[in-house]
Amino acid sequence: MSMVYAGVLSHAPGITGRANLVENTARRDEFYAKLDVQRQEIEDSGAEALIVIAAEHFANFFMNNMPAYCIGIGNEYEGPIEDPEWLKIPKTKIPGAADLGTRLTREVMKTVDVAYAEEWKFDHGIMVPLHFLTPKYDLPIIPVNINCQGPPLTPLHRAWAFGEALRRACDSVSEKIAVVGTGGISHWPATPDSGKINEQWDREFLDRLMRNDKEALLNYDDIETYRDAGQGGFEIRTFIAIAAAARGAGELQFYTAELPIFAVGCTVAKFSLEDAA
Amino acid sequence: MSLYYLQKFLYELNRDESAQAKYRNDLDALLDEFDLSEEECNALREGDIGLLYVLGVNGQILMHYAAFLGIEWFDYLDMMREGIARHGPVRAGVYAMTGGGKSFTVEGKKS
Repeated sequence: MSMVYAGVLSHAPGITGRANLVENTARRDEFYAKLDVQRQEIEDSGAEALIVIAAEHFANFFMNNMPAYCIGIGNEYEGPIEDPEWLKIPKTKIPGAADLGTRLTREVMKTVDVAYAEEWKFDHGIMVPLHFLTPKYDLPIIPVNINCQGPPLTPLHRAWAFGEALRRACDSVSEKIAVVGTGGISHWPATPDSGKINEQWDREFLDRLMRNDKEALLNYDDIETYRDAGQGGFEIRTFIAIAAAARGAGELQFYTAELPIFAVGCTVAKFSLEDAA
Repeated sequence: MSLYYLQKFLYELNRDESAQAKYRNDLDALLDEFDLSEEECNALREGDIGLLYVLGVNGQILMHYAAFLGIEWFDYLDMMREGIARHGPVRAGVYAMTGGGKSFTVEGKKS
């Protein structure tokens, strides 16, 4: 098999942009250290490319033509779109993997009608993970988007099917591929409630995710998620896709609700990659 | 009301450096490219984060716009609260305020 690593992490812009405002610096530094462990694990996996399943925030896709799923097949990307001073990540070029991305897309299309894009600007949803996971921007990136912003949103069982399709596609090629999903769990970002976190909801979700309990994961509905986990909770689609791709149990390496200035429960986890049953 | 085009204006502005140059050099010409009401045009001319929030601009789009305008983090959160105090609850979308206007960060309570 050529999927060699699967994990999840948070991507909130405050993680880099508001690092200097954090009061609980010990907890912040512990989080950063766990992200560096994730970077090392990806490097140790021998990955030749990194797929980032993200939930972008209107950097490329708008309600004029919104794909539920999209895979990047460009040679090169750029980011961040945000003010670099605000995000504290300088504007840079990021290498893509055009040929590999195209072959993966072709395979995914056998079961999921995915869109593709040769142009892609990265926002904080991808730039924050890359800042920690490939700080030299020397690993080819294949961006993947699941629309979690502009309703109607893809149903959770389709996010699962997409994750399965992506795994099958990765295993059909010879390259070693790492994949991370990046989203928030409960959070109310970009509202006056920024910093609100439903830790109990997060821990229940993470329990289902680490057990890779498909039925329990797909049992959420968006009305309840909006009520209990905020509009940011719609991003669980990225984590669910990773669980489907990995097939195995997860290992929660870090979670804290004690960094509300980052506006999300900060999460790092990896999954065991299992063969198809 | 043309919330769709209001958001599209900000979407283009947030992602496109040539639109950003136009915003700074000839804002009226840029506004003319979109089907916007007078209230929306004025909100964009004044960078009125509070009114744009209440009109229902997606929070992520609005957050990136506030960053583009160079607004400090806690000022940006306060501008949304003030918008609600002045104009009432958020009128559209999924970024409504649900916390009664209070701050959820210790750092914000200090400011």
